[in-house]
Amino acid sequence: MKKTVIVGATSTIAASLAREFAARGYPLLLAGRRRAQLDILADDLTVRGADQAAVLELDANDPDAPQRLLAEADARLGGVDICVIAHGTLSDQAACEQSVDKTLAEIQTNMLSQVALCTVLANHLEAQGSGHIVVLSSVAGDRGRQSNYVYGSAKAGMTAFTSGLRQRLHKSGVAVMTVKPGFVDSAMTAHIENKGALWAQPDAVAKSIMRGMNRGAPVVYTPWFWWGIMQIIKNIPERVFRRIRL
Amino acid sequence: MSTSPARIAGSAWGRWPRYRHQIERVHARTADPALTAASTWLPWGNGRSYGDSCQNDGGGLLDTRGLDHFIRFDDQTGVLECEPGVTLADIITLCLPRGWFLPVTPGTSFVTVGGAIANDVHGKNHHRAGSFNDHVDGFELWRSDGSRRWCSPQENSDWFAATAGGLGLTGLITRARLRLRRVPGPALAGQSRRFGDLAEFFALSATGDRAYEYTVAWLDCVGRRRGRGIYMAANHAQADCAAPSGRPLSMPITPPVSLVNPLSLAAFNRLYYHRPSAEQRDAVWHYRPFFYPLDSIYNWNRMYGPRGFFQYQCVVPMDGARDALDALLARISRARGGSFLAVLKVFGDRPAPGLLSFPRPGATLALDFPNTGAAVLALLDALDDIVREAGGAVYPAKDARMPGAAFRQYFPAWQAFSDYIDPRFSSSFWRRVMDTET
Ligand SMILES: Cc1cc2nc3c(=O)[nH]c(=O)nc-3n(C[C@H](O)[C@H](O)[C@H](O)COP(=O)(O)OP(=O)(O)OC[C@H]3O[C@@H](n4cnc5c(N)ncnc54)[C@H](O)[C@@H]3O)c2cc1C
Ligand SMILES: NC(=O)c1ccc[n+]([C@@H]2O[C@H](COP(=O)([O-])OP(=O)(O)OC[C@H]3O[C@@H](n4cnc5c(N)ncnc54)[C@H](OP(=O)(O)O)[C@@H]3O)[C@@H](O)[C@H]2O)c1
Repeated sequence: MKKTVIVGATSTIAASLAREFAARGYPLLLAGRRRAQLDILADDLTVRGADQAAVLELDANDPDAPQRLLAEADARLGGVDICVIAHGTLSDQAACEQSVDKTLAEIQTNMLSQVALCTVLANHLEAQGSGHIVVLSSVAGDRGRQSNYVYGSAKAGMTAFTSGLRQRLHKSGVAVMTVKPGFVDSAMTAHIENKGALWAQPDAVAKSIMRGMNRGAPVVYTPWFWWGIMQIIKNIPERVFRRIRL
Repeated sequence: MSTSPARIAGSAWGRWPRYRHQIERVHARTADPALTAASTWLPWGNGRSYGDSCQNDGGGLLDTRGLDHFIRFDDQTGVLECEPGVTLADIITLCLPRGWFLPVTPGTSFVTVGGAIANDVHGKNHHRAGSFNDHVDGFELWRSDGSRRWCSPQENSDWFAATAGGLGLTGLITRARLRLRRVPGPALAGQSRRFGDLAEFFALSATGDRAYEYTVAWLDCVGRRRGRGIYMAANHAQADCAAPSGRPLSMPITPPVSLVNPLSLAAFNRLYYHRPSAEQRDAVWHYRPFFYPLDSIYNWNRMYGPRGFFQYQCVVPMDGARDALDALLARISRARGGSFLAVLKVFGDRPAPGLLSFPRPGATLALDFPNTGAAVLALLDALDDIVREAGGAVYPAKDARMPGAAFRQYFPAWQAFSDYIDPRFSSSFWRRVMDTET
């Protein structure tokens, strides 16, 4: 019965993952911005077997978000064993290129807010001597591409940050997992037409995240074949890469 | 996040016709769907209807798959409240381990609660349990004028009767409350019996339907002995039965031509009739192969090739049923069209809950035919003539071609029903059968 906190719980992928937790009876704290949707999720997860499903209205960008989250987890669940960080926004690359404010706001949501949460949680779990931090990064962080390098660089930041955190916390028995989804059919990508064979469904992605957590995987590409795709993309020589459209 | 609606093919299970639609996802049951751009809209469940009743050519579809949340479940009373995009498979996964099962289920578990209400679906226990909406306590209906009303047999009962079997035309169902039924576990026990002709079928059915909750027959409509088949009957039971092993198979591609042709049909039907397990006095089944034999092959509908196929399900009154069925089977064998699976069942007498409900007292026959163009359309028109003559009806959920005049004869309540249609809702099926030229 692992006490589980999810930030960005209204995310499509997180909601599917929460069903995996609920089926195992975990008590849940669902943190996110949209109260009405959090309540819908809480009822659903309770029916599906969650020991309890508490909700917390939280904007991850608020400076006191990490402290509020921890305090609420203590009050409602009596602590934290698993923390999933799932919030994010798919940046409008063209708009960011024309606006420093927009670019920094994207970096704030997709990286800095997560760095703050991870830092506070890491110290808490380190003191406790156990726990699991799961961060939804992205294959987009494996190499910056002109089509979405603002989003990609925030994700790259989280990939590097969680890698270092994993090393640091290893000796205290705290696991850190970096999840790198490929294309997932979610609210974030609903506007994209003609989704081809590379697209995955959120419930399949959630199952693979759960399997990764169970075997203590450090990094999970999901679906798995993205590992191969990203090996190729990472290995394209810079002089070629510069000239192609990706 | 605001999203522009995507355009995708919202294909139906028969893969014909195939229209392209503007798709709008409904994100939350509490939020009003934005009915933008397209002139008319139609809720979309999981596309397990065969023809054009779940399509809206030139208009939009409201994709309800995101409305898949449970709301509450009382495992003492079996009352379940959920959103309409929850599938019957989801309900079984949740409730069977707690001792509850669907009160009525169609032949696939991949349909949504919204779809099951809107077609007032029936199962192998119709003679005992009636149809799906006989077990629906109520539902909330959202209309394009922004109104929401709770509809039940007691409250707004006229809206309940219009929406149960209302083909998605009266508005969007946003949540529903169902009464499940207790079961001892996943097993069913009963028997399987060969019969040589329709007279033998009706004799078996007359006694079997009294002893068993679930009864259905498979008919060989290719062999020379017209009307022979296998009658299966079962009850939920406390018994050991292993869940079917192995991963589901999948039909990964659409073959260039239909794999269903006179040769494969004859071979399949002969094998099916003569296989040893066709005659079993103490059969035990796991619920999955019993209720959902085709759910273990994903995309089985692709085997009919790129032109898709037609389903045809009719019901004819008991009085004269044997002659009408015999005439239907004779007409089919004359056309040498065959049918891969022909299913026969006797419906019970319970008055149906919906204005446009298909189930009614009589014998129902379901068939499927590869789309061979004009030939099969002529055959189906000929079948309609027999059904009309007999005073029967054809099932809209499985239809892509019945003439409007036939529909209006089969469903005399269509005029009363029309008053309840939401002005922003329509479907390809509805425009087709309302066309007075046909
Ligand atoms: C293998 C197989 C076996 C079958 N066996 C049977 C059987 O034994 N008995 C039987 O009765 N049927 C049977 N069917 C037909 C099937 O049960 C029905 O067509 C069912 O309605 C499909 O549900 P769906 O969720 O896929 O909905 P769709 O096919 O997508 O839609 C069906 C209708 O429901 C409406 N709808 C969907 N959601 C909502 C909502 N939220 N609010 C309002 N309207 C809504 C749609 O507008 C449409 O009119 C079978 C189908 C298959 C493929
Ligand atoms: N979908 C993909 O293809 C894909 C691929 C790779 C990685 N990912 C990553 O996977 C994660 C989940 O994404 P998803 O696909 O499930 O998309 P999603 O459904 O759009 O989920 C993103 C969620 O983040 C929330 N959020 C955004 N800013 C927030 C803030 N400041 N505070 C709190 N919550 C905030 C949003 O909440 P609101 O409901 O309040 O807007 C939204 O529910 C994201 O980190 C995403 O980058 C997705």
